This record gives sequence, structure tokens and C-alpha cells, in this order.
Amino acid sequence: QWYQRRVREAEVSTQSTGRYKQFNTTINKIIRATAQCNMIYSVYIINKAGGRIYDEDFASNKPEEEITFPSYPIPLVLTADTGKVLVKFGASGNVKPGMSVIAVNRQPVTGLYTGNDQAILEIINDPASYPLSLTFGRTKASANEKLMLASIFHSLFAIAAKISPVEQSSGIKELRTEKFTLNCFQTITGVKFFMIVDHKQTGCDHLLHRIYELYTDYVLKNPFYPIDMPIRCELFDQNLRKVIEQVERTTAYNSERLS
Amino acid sequence: QRRVREAVVSTQSTGDFENPEEVNKQLETMGYNIGVRLIDDFLAHTPSVTRCTTLEEVADILCKQGFKMFLGIVPEIKNWTAAKDEFSLVITENPLAEYVELPPNCQDTLWYSNIICGVIRGALEMVQMDVKCSFVGDTLRGNDSTEIRIKFVKILEDSLPAGED
Repeated sequence: QWYQRRVREAEVSTQSTGRYKQFNTTINKIIRATAQCNMIYSVYIINKAGGRIYDEDFASNKPEEEITFPSYPIPLVLTADTGKVLVKFGASGNVKPGMSVIAVNRQPVTGLYTGNDQAILEIINDPASYPLSLTFGRTKASANEKLMLASIFHSLFAIAAKISPVEQSSGIKELRTEKFTLNCFQTITGVKFFMIVDHKQTGCDHLLHRIYELYTDYVLKNPFYPIDMPIRCELFDQNLRKVIEQVERTTAYNSERLS
Repeated sequence: QRRVREAVVSTQSTGDFENPEEVNKQLETMGYNIGVRLIDDFLAHTPSVTRCTTLEEVADILCKQGFKMFLGIVPEIKNWTAAKDEFSLVITENPLAEYVELPPNCQDTLWYSNIICGVIRGALEMVQMDVKCSFVGDTLRGNDSTEIRIKFVKILEDSLPAGED
């Protein structure tokens, strides 16, 4: 809806000036902005002891590629890796190493087996199953993996504070990699809020504070929620989603205006 | 007031008034359960507050911001000991005890607002401070003033979050 409004605004502004080129560039900016809309990838909450109590992924534009292979053999090297069939080497279309098989002949798979309990690798290595359609994507980390990652981050956070050359340092506040930034905020009570965002996302500290407020309002005031346990509060999920969407819309709008 | 009522909903209620001593303990426990959750609410809505390093800072923030936010009153801080590890909180108008009269059988033993002691103890425990908190006088019982005595016991080292040592 926001997109339609912007298109209408652009139309009106170019009608009054009558410049087609300007209209085109404005449209391109809007398309770019909408495509950039998902800049907050995920939000995690860790309790005092380092256990993950909440995590949510927000990026909805996960790239998925479906390719139909007409015959055996296929130009990709696939291996079974930690419970999923991973592309180890080779490329085909947009499929690159790192992606894993998430569907065979449009039927979603679980781990190394299809819905009919057939091993995926067996199907792929059998010339009789061709033509075969495989869908590739990035599988989400399992709940166990996320738990492990959260505890590891908790330890890293503590180490970071300990190796500080100056006393009274905080733990990790920001962690930058090539493709994303991780921002973290620890409350005085020991609860950590961190989120994985795109580089272009600004105002992360403020957003983390907002999430802290939502946590106190919807999680802590819920009488049925035991402290330090995984969070299962509907209202918290809903309101968190609303806040994230709002932030993404304003950031996208602002970045489009400034560019 | 609204926040206190919201927080009270999150604890169990007691209907047993047979033994006032028991009730005192139960009120304190209720207060404790409220306190452990209230502290995050307070910290989230008061971002300017940082970790306190002295009991005086604690007393100051407790009265001027904590009590103000949840009960709408600002108690007085008095009677510091020489070692500055104990002080009194004097409440002039207790909103919890408005329109309340104690029945004669618990006139001498029941601390009506004991829930406040629990809240203070619970909240401070979540920021790694162990304190003893108890009433020494209550206008409902006929004393001159409503006074809570707070004594600092120790910092809870084992649950200290990283970087705060």
C-alpha cells in the first residue's frame, strides 16, 4: 500500500513537470527501496544464564531457486551435511555452494529424506528419476543450532568484557561482518537483546530499547510466563512484528529520499 | 497505581487472615514476585538509570524515581548508619493504605503494606544486590510514621552479568 501511494505521488509530480525521465528514476528508487525493505534479519533474546529464550526471523525474501534437471548427471556436487543435502561445489543458474535442497519435485523435504522417506541423494544418483525438479534455498537453523549459537554468543560477550584493557567495559555491542551487523544490548538485570541487521539499518540501539520495553510490557506482565523460560506470548510476537515493520518502512523511505 | 495493580495481577492472592505472621510472610513473598518483574519495567522506562555503586545512589533512585513511577509518592530518606549501609524510608501518605482500617485482632502484628518490602527486595535482587527490608512502624498500627528499614547485606557475585564486575 505504501508502495502504491509512492507510485501515485511520483506520477502526480511528474505529470506536473512533464518529465518522463524523472518518473522513471523515481520508480526505480521506489523499487529499490521496497526490495531493501527487509533489513532486519532476526531478533534474539538471551536470559541471564545464557539460554536463548526468544528468536524470530524477519527476512521474508529468502532466495529460493527451483531447477528442473532433464537428465542425469547434474552439474552440482551434493553432500549430506549436518542433516541437510548441501551444494558443495558447482553452480547452475542462481544455485551456488552453501544452498541446500529444500524440495524435490515440489514436495518439501525433511533433512536428508523426502516426504515418502526416500533418501534424496539416492533419488539424485538414480538416472531413472529424471527429469527431476529440485528447489534450493538456505535452510533455517534448527532450534538446537540456535540454542548453541546463543550460548556461544553469551560466552563471547563475557570474554569481550574480560579482555578489555580499560576496566568497566561493556560486552559486545556491535559485531560487523561483510554481509551483516549484529547489535547487542545487555540490561542491568543481565538479559541480552541482540539483532542481526543489514549494514544500512540505523537506529539499532533505539530499536533494541523498544524491544526491551515490549519485553517488560508483554512478557513480564504476563502472569503465566515463568522468568528465564522460552517466551511464548502472542501479544509480544504481534507487537514486535509491528515495531519491526514500522522501523523498516521508515528506514526504507528515508534512504530512498536521501539517495 | 495502574502499574502496581497490573503487577499485583501477576501474583497469587491470599484470603487467609487467621495468622497475621503468616500473612506478613505471604505479603512479602507476593511483593518479591512482583519486584523481580517490576525492575525490568522500571529500567526499560527509565533509560537514564545506570548501575548504582553506593547505597545512597540506590536510595535516591528508589525514592525519587521508583516509588514515584509506581506509587506516585516520594518517600523521605533518613537515619543513615555511620557505615552508610542502612537507612530508613519514611512514607508520609501511603496510597495502599488509603481508606484502610486494621481489625483489632491483627492490630499489633500485621504489617499491611509488607508487599512493598517484598517488591524492594525482589527488585534489588535482580540487580545483584541482597538487602534486608522490613517495616519498623506503620500509621495504620498507631505508630508515628510509616517507616521501612533497608539494610544492605551483600552484592550477589555469582549472578553478575558479564562486564559488571
